[in-house]
Amino acid sequence: MLVRIARAEVARRGPRLRIAGPELDDLAYQAAADALVAITGKIGQFRGESRFTTWACKFVIFEVSAKIGRHFWRHPAVRLDAEDWERLPGRFGADPAHQAEWGDLFAALRRAVDSELTPRQRKIFVAIVLNDIPLDTVVMHLGSSRNAIYQVMFEARRKLRAALVADGYLGHDIAGCS
Amino acid sequence: MNGWSALDRFLRTDPRDVGCDQAMEMLHVYAELVAAGEPAEERYPGIAAHLQACGPCGEDFAGLLAAVRGEAH
Repeated sequence: MLVRIARAEVARRGPRLRIAGPELDDLAYQAAADALVAITGKIGQFRGESRFTTWACKFVIFEVSAKIGRHFWRHPAVRLDAEDWERLPGRFGADPAHQAEWGDLFAALRRAVDSELTPRQRKIFVAIVLNDIPLDTVVMHLGSSRNAIYQVMFEARRKLRAALVADGYLGHDIAGCS
Repeated sequence: MNGWSALDRFLRTDPRDVGCDQAMEMLHVYAELVAAGEPAEERYPGIAAHLQACGPCGEDFAGLLAAVRGEAH
């Protein structure tokens, strides 16, 4: 079952990855094998809140995720610190035909990145947003955890939005989100 | 969606967001609720908020949900 789930998951993610053929199949088998080790090690933690198979499948999915992150980590084209700010509007689907409209917004965002973020927040923001590096790959690069990198980005997003709201580029929120 | 609204949506943070560790800890329970058509978002709003904001965890959830639905058929 673990191999079947792993193969289905790499097939589901495959079209969006630059991995194909036997490499994708290898990845699935490795993920299933490592998931079996994880399941065996954590079996005492299963509390019966779901079916056992669902709980076990979760580890297969996690292993596929981790292996894909590691794959891109080894990719020589991955650079965390390259800074090409011209790419920023494109990351958010901004239409070049309306540059006059959003030019000021992205200039303000760049100023906020420089003035509001800590060096670590800035480094991670540049890697994920500007350089489009998957979060899990940044985790591998920095020897960190997904939760730690997510929390850095969470705080960076909060600070940047607050700066853009203060400068009148984005609107205030009515609900609890900020 | 234009650049303005996409950026606005990306920068929004939800204080209910539980983070990756807590969301992944309960992902199997959450996925089964969703697969069964139960109101998972109401029972676990912090997990729902996280899965909407975190690409990698959202992707893991989509994979697990597909597996749960596949196993059920």
